Amino acid sequence: MSVPQTTRDFQSNGSSMFKSSVNRRNFLQLATSGSLVLLCKFSDGQEVIAQASAVDPQHFAPDLFVSIAPDGTVTCVAHRSEMGTGIRTGLPRVLADELEADWERVSIAQAPGDKRLGDQNTDGSNSIRFFFDRMREAGATARTLLEQAAAKTWGVPASECYADNHTVKHRGSDRSLGFGELVATAKTLDVPTKDQLKLKPRSQWRYIGKDVPIRDLDNIVAGRAIFGIDARMENQLFAVIARPPVVGGKVSSVDETAARAIPGVVDVVKIPGFEGAPNFQPLGGVAVLATSTWAAWQGRDALQIAWDLGPNATYDTDVFAQQLKETVNQPGKTLREVGQAVDVIAKSGKRVSADYAVPHLSHAPMETTCAVANVSTAADGRVTACHILTATQNPQAVQSAVGPALGMNPDDVLCNVTLLGSGFGRKSKPDYCVEAALLSRHAGRPVHVTWTREDDLQHDYYHAIAAIHCEAAVDRDGKPEAWLQRVAFPTIGSTFDARANTPAAWEAEMGHTDLPFDVPNLRLEVGEARSHIRTGWLRAVCHIQQNFAVSSFVDELAAAASRDPLEFWLELLGEDRQLDMQAAGLGNRGADPKDYPYDIGRLKNVLRRAAESANWSRREKMPNGKGLGIAGARSFLGYTGHVIEVDVAKDGTLTVENVWVALDSGTIVSPDRVRSQLEGASIMALTQAKYGKITFKNGRAQQTNYDSYRMVKMADTPRSIHVDIVDSQAAPAGVGETGIASFAPALCNAIFAATGKRIRSLPIADHDLSWT
Amino acid sequence: MIKIHVNGRDHELNDVPEDTPLLWVLRDHLGLTGTKYGCGMSECGACTVHVDGQAVQACVTSVGEIGTSKVTTIEGLSTDGSHPVQKAWKQHNVPQCGYCQVGQIMMAAAMLNENNDPSDEDIDTAMWNICRCGTYPRIRAAIKSAAQEMRKQ
Ligand code: FES
Ligand code: FES
Repeated sequence: MSVPQTTRDFQSNGSSMFKSSVNRRNFLQLATSGSLVLLCKFSDGQEVIAQASAVDPQHFAPDLFVSIAPDGTVTCVAHRSEMGTGIRTGLPRVLADELEADWERVSIAQAPGDKRLGDQNTDGSNSIRFFFDRMREAGATARTLLEQAAAKTWGVPASECYADNHTVKHRGSDRSLGFGELVATAKTLDVPTKDQLKLKPRSQWRYIGKDVPIRDLDNIVAGRAIFGIDARMENQLFAVIARPPVVGGKVSSVDETAARAIPGVVDVVKIPGFEGAPNFQPLGGVAVLATSTWAAWQGRDALQIAWDLGPNATYDTDVFAQQLKETVNQPGKTLREVGQAVDVIAKSGKRVSADYAVPHLSHAPMETTCAVANVSTAADGRVTACHILTATQNPQAVQSAVGPALGMNPDDVLCNVTLLGSGFGRKSKPDYCVEAALLSRHAGRPVHVTWTREDDLQHDYYHAIAAIHCEAAVDRDGKPEAWLQRVAFPTIGSTFDARANTPAAWEAEMGHTDLPFDVPNLRLEVGEARSHIRTGWLRAVCHIQQNFAVSSFVDELAAAASRDPLEFWLELLGEDRQLDMQAAGLGNRGADPKDYPYDIGRLKNVLRRAAESANWSRREKMPNGKGLGIAGARSFLGYTGHVIEVDVAKDGTLTVENVWVALDSGTIVSPDRVRSQLEGASIMALTQAKYGKITFKNGRAQQTNYDSYRMVKMADTPRSIHVDIVDSQAAPAGVGETGIASFAPALCNAIFAATGKRIRSLPIADHDLSWT
Repeated sequence: MIKIHVNGRDHELNDVPEDTPLLWVLRDHLGLTGTKYGCGMSECGACTVHVDGQAVQACVTSVGEIGTSKVTTIEGLSTDGSHPVQKAWKQHNVPQCGYCQVGQIMMAAAMLNENNDPSDEDIDTAMWNICRCGTYPRIRAAIKSAAQEMRKQ
């Protein structure tokens, strides 16, 4: 195995020496000797991923997530990926808080994929929820042992010793010892069990809920931060790949003469396509390996390939959208039912109904997918080691995809994680890592695969195109007595099981079957839809389409009843109460409803707070062309209310003037990062609502770059995004994705208020908003 | 052989065709990976560098076009992140993932060189970079802070 190289000095700090001969297998042997895993350490001052190395035997390492050196340096393990949420800082802060560590003396080591660390899929807005308690336990374990070590040193009861800012002190005397001084003794003590730990009370938290700059800030601003596209291994080649233009297509023939004539091109290599469902395997195609990215890219473009396009070559989203609309206008499969919604609606004298549509979207992370792999083989061709450096949201998924592709035990694949130039779900799907591994095996040296923007937009795991039908029977006051709702979109399950053709319960639960309204008759259905592309999860997932429909429909009902939308929302939500998840058959993202109830009062609260900040009552006096819209959502166990103020010029030019968003996600670790997530979510949701649309003709995505897949930029950013975070002691819920769900409907509801034009299909750019 | 001047140093490039975009020369041949790729067609600004002080998109500028001009990348903007724009970026905690920020900083620094009191409209026009994380409100605020700082100097 080779050591990754950069042009800069490649130095490790502390005890973690780069072991050029370490592979995954001997690393595990080394690492299990202590209880601490760690392993790869960023070199001091420059974010270069190192090879794995074992914990120094001199260190006190009572937990996988923390070790303390004799000089007192505390090393926290960051096992979730940093893609802009600040998690690489946030989780170590929780640990350091409970440990009573001085943040200035805490270093952070980024973990490779390793099952023992638990879930590493930085996805689903789960990081704080899954690991808040775990980090506190790790910190408390180390702290307890340091206190016991001091007690032993002084010959006093441990109950008289307490940790305080990197020292342990004695109550009743002025004795104190630094953490480093206690390492040797602490190492000899038995690690306490979980129930022996005493966690700090909330009143004594030092770091949780307090802001600190993210650890990578200096490196980012100085251009030193290393992302997947910057990862380098000695002697690496660069690869750019021609993939089948249609999912499931295969190479019929390839003429590589012109490609090989490009200066710098070293090799041309076929990659087999996947069989069955796409999963995380490569799409297949032809790779060009060269001495620079540009040479590989030129070579790729010079390939002459005849494709066998396969059965998806007729996919056309215009046709498909029409089919989805027909599907949701016929009975489907019922996932949740209360009362007799269909009968009540059939007999009702007053019905309101609407059909909504949302197109495919692409993740388009700012940094395209990239990975460098170094695969070693024995003389007989058997793979002996694989090291991957990549921007991944899920290094364990890299292991489990690359392992079988190389005929290796997944645990033996060493996957180190760089910073991610955003991810949004794309980078939890490691097809690009498998490509790099296969090419490295072929080349016998490290290979770095770079996806061009065109590759990214044309070969994504796209967000599903969707149709949603909403129908209600309303009483004389316009209040719904019965509600029927049907959704149809290709399921994410189709990426893993080619037969899957109906939205799964967990997908429907993102804004559809978790309908919170106090309506006596409900019927919530899903309809069939086949996938003709790779369908994937994109930040906020099915909330994108389902909350857009539901929260637009609430506004339609309010308008039909000539009611104030905020009052209507609050009335429809009904009494403050908790939804009975079990009765409703809701999975609650696997969270215990005792810790994470669906709390109607909290949802109403964020709606009220957003409305209050926005000075909602002024809406009645707003002139034509100006409007306020409101929507609320519970997503990823957190609650948001959005109020949006728009100006629509007579010629139809839309300006989003102001955004107010209130968030209740329970206990907050990093308030400023939460605010930044909410600002960013509003802008991403605006991009998607205003411009976002991937279309397919003849099985091919028609958008190729940011010119045809347009993004919101500075000039169309709202003048202000006001974020209001509810101060709460409830269990920490999601944040990263939570800010998306209520944005688009609030925006479209504002456009309705301003112009009387109801947007039932996204993007807004497809509609003429002009008025007279 | 091509000669280019980057961050105060002359570099000689062998076996690099003249039409190679400066971006890939910086990244792959000179190891200056601070400058980022985002689109390759002057749509996102991630690759912005300075050529004789002007903001230029390295993805659509061939290395042969540079001639004797002076190229400055983020690595040469300051050695220690102390440029007023970099300082303002830290003060406002602008970056989320950070990927676009080098391009944003280079774009902002070039704009402020010409106009150290930009209006919102000036910022809207000059700062056409894409940030997928949506840090635009903080970029705007940081540019105003940096401008204030630069006016003092
Ligand atoms: S990479 Fe040059 S402008 Fe996007
Ligand atoms: S900070 Fe992530 S793209 Fe701008």
